[in-house]
Amino acid sequence: MNKTVLTIDDSRTMREMLNMALVQAGYRVIQAVDGVEGLEVLRAEGADVVITDINMPRMDGFGVIEGVRADPAHRATPILVLTTESDATKKERARAAGATGWIVKPFNPTKLVDAIRRVAA
Amino acid sequence: MDPFESIKATFFQECEELLTDMESGLLAMEQGDDDSETINAVFRAVHSVKGGAGAFGLEELIRFAHVFETVLDEMRSGKLHLTDEVAKVLLRASDVLADHVAAARSGGSVDEGRTVGMIADLQALIDQDRAAELGLNDDGDPNAGEEDFGFVPVVLSLDEPTADAPEVDVAALMAAAAAEPAEAANPVAAPGWRITFRPKAEMYAKANEAALVLRELARLGEVEVALDADAVPPLDQLSAEQAYLTWTIRLSGDKSEAEVREVFEFVEDDCELEVTREGETAAADVATPADDDASASAVEAAAAAPLDLDALLARVAGSAEEPAPPAAPEPVAAAPAAPPAPPAQAPANLDVVGLIALAEKASQDHAQTQAVAPKVEQKAEPKAEARASAGAPTAATPTIRVDLDRVDRLINAVGELVIQQAMLSQRVFESGLARSSDVALGLEDLELLTREIQDSVMAIRAQPVKSVFQRMPRLVREVADMVGKKVRLVMDGENTEVDKTVIERLSDPITHMLRNAIDHGLETPEEREAGGKAAEGTVRLAALHRGGRIVIEVQDDGRGINRPRVRGIAVSKGLIAEDAVLSDDEIDNLIFLPGFSTADVVSDISGRGVGMDVVKRSIQALGGRISITSEPGKGSKFSMSLPLTLAVLDGMVVSAADQTLVAPLSNIVESLTPRAEDVHLIGGRDAVICIRDTFVPLIDVGVALGFRDTPLPPASGVAVLVESEGGGKAALLVEAIQGQRQVVIKSLEANYQHIHGVAAATILGDGRVALILDVDALVTTSRRKAPRIEKRMAV
Repeated sequence: MNKTVLTIDDSRTMREMLNMALVQAGYRVIQAVDGVEGLEVLRAEGADVVITDINMPRMDGFGVIEGVRADPAHRATPILVLTTESDATKKERARAAGATGWIVKPFNPTKLVDAIRRVAA
Repeated sequence: MDPFESIKATFFQECEELLTDMESGLLAMEQGDDDSETINAVFRAVHSVKGGAGAFGLEELIRFAHVFETVLDEMRSGKLHLTDEVAKVLLRASDVLADHVAAARSGGSVDEGRTVGMIADLQALIDQDRAAELGLNDDGDPNAGEEDFGFVPVVLSLDEPTADAPEVDVAALMAAAAAEPAEAANPVAAPGWRITFRPKAEMYAKANEAALVLRELARLGEVEVALDADAVPPLDQLSAEQAYLTWTIRLSGDKSEAEVREVFEFVEDDCELEVTREGETAAADVATPADDDASASAVEAAAAAPLDLDALLARVAGSAEEPAPPAAPEPVAAAPAAPPAPPAQAPANLDVVGLIALAEKASQDHAQTQAVAPKVEQKAEPKAEARASAGAPTAATPTIRVDLDRVDRLINAVGELVIQQAMLSQRVFESGLARSSDVALGLEDLELLTREIQDSVMAIRAQPVKSVFQRMPRLVREVADMVGKKVRLVMDGENTEVDKTVIERLSDPITHMLRNAIDHGLETPEEREAGGKAAEGTVRLAALHRGGRIVIEVQDDGRGINRPRVRGIAVSKGLIAEDAVLSDDEIDNLIFLPGFSTADVVSDISGRGVGMDVVKRSIQALGGRISITSEPGKGSKFSMSLPLTLAVLDGMVVSAADQTLVAPLSNIVESLTPRAEDVHLIGGRDAVICIRDTFVPLIDVGVALGFRDTPLPPASGVAVLVESEGGGKAALLVEAIQGQRQVVIKSLEANYQHIHGVAAATILGDGRVALILDVDALVTTSRRKAPRIEKRMAV
């Protein structure tokens, strides 16, 4: 059974890019366009890893992290934060909220898969 | 298409949407909207453009987007306040950003001077110290500090996971290593690292797992892992939220310290980590238990924090059928020799006996922690696929993206349905069944239903004119700047919907009308003030539905049409007779005549050598009409009306030479029965007809299309006065008019070949094919044959 990765990003380009890299690496990918939808999809379908953008309409990435961690079923689901900012404060804020790791955009597929492997089997 | 190229195409498509969102946001901001969500949305748009550009290495675009984004971020964080001036700079920046996107898309270049100037203007918005702090004044690469620059597609294959990811039996290592002291490590002095890794509870709370970190480490080289579980208290004292374990790893190989530490990148703040070169003295005593209430309890399994424990328990369940390993396996990981396994499979062998014993003892804790156990297996749900393809930027209204081809196929099929339905009705009617019969009544219902389906399908292709309208503010700004006028653009009815094919062709005429309104319609600010008007002129662009058509209006509050001058020009160019009697409306509409241009010097803005006649022609090509109304000193209003779709056509069904033909209703001015004395022959057989003192060519359609050789005696037929797209008029002589109806357009070229004088075909209710006349071609041909007539034509 392939692991399922939920990608939450408002940019279609980014979602497609994640999709391409992840599918090639053998993951099953589900997508959401913002934090609110992300939490809905996670609740409905579940996921082994969550990858979320920070800047999104309706609910940002920090909201996603808090929402996932507040859900008893996903307290232990790894969350990777996608961000262009190598900005330490944002990374720190995400970590404090419970993010497992981060992926700096732009990423290459190897690095992406690498990061996922570091947080999920 | 190459998946990478296809994503790139998506990127540019998305850019268009983002730029549109950005511009609407900025326009709202220009009107004083400083709502944080508006600013955020603009920021996000620029940010996403930059993000995507980064992935494709579009340096110029990144550079500019970075500066723009930084300024917006300042505004977002309240350090920069929204003023009219700021909004204007941002709007101009959005134009430059759009240029950059366009250049990146076409592979072209941007106006470097303009970019540099714009960057300077943006920087000027933030104070200089702050700009320096943000690194905005550097010429350097804004991404210099970021890692992983560039998206390099690397093919990762599922088939050979071991090539990339050697599977390490970490769980077994963790369990087994407990029995072995760290000192048992291989004493051979190979180059390597000694790593002490002591996770804190926080690490587990963030869903990081020691096992995975250790496995990553094993990818760097040969590892020997020793677990120190001495700190684990007896079960009754074990806290589910605490961390008790410490690992000591010996890593062989010549990896750098940075590479080793990178493995711990996500967890370094949530663990105690020591990395020392093998042979050097470790700073900490590895054997010392963690400083909590350690006990002598000999728990034989590697499980401490609740999340970790549950993960292990779950794996026990998942791999129950697998044989348990020997009680004390070798503490060395034979990493590369591990059998291939898909990455999603949980690490297999572990000390099942020990864990089960632990699990039994922990059953009271377990009940409480069960809920947080990560699911080992996820069920694949097909509906996820639908979710994955839903690409709407906001989820406010549920939408789906459908390939246009599919919609067109549907429209085509519905077109056939309409035809079949009409045929069926006709056959039933011809068979003599009473109109009140059940069959006839059922057919009536069917007809209504068919029409409803047709409307609904057409509605699928309908889109709001917004996509065209939204490009206009920029155009207005640029034109206004160029001619030194102040213009406020007001837009109405952006959500008015029209068929997609029509939308695509609206842009040019609207552009032209707006340019014309600003360049010719509006006065300079000085003239306006002298005339008692506000210095800023207003141009209103509106869309509305009227009578089954879409009407686009461009209205300005400028000087209006200078009628004596227009008339003078028309006379001097020989377009009208010097003594022609024309109404104000007719004079105003002279500007649509070919070759007419009111500008003394053909200006670069509205001119480019083409006049309103070109606009008129392109609108007529869409089956539309355009007119102007004007009030001197108060302004002018252009109105153009277009059919809502190009897939169906309102036509006049006529017969000529035993053929049934369709003339597009939009071309038809009037129909009349010619009197023999009004028809005059010129030369051999070319006829003209005099309609209200104006001579127009009389075209015998049957002859023109080659259906017969002898012309119809004019008095025995009907003349349909038509106007071509070029404005030329002619009378089409046919035998009879059958009626008016909507027909589904079928391309003749796609099914047969192009025929001069025929635009397309349609299928009538009786199943016969009827040709749709190309009025423009017919009129042009007749006028070419009789060039002298043109001179004598009045409007």
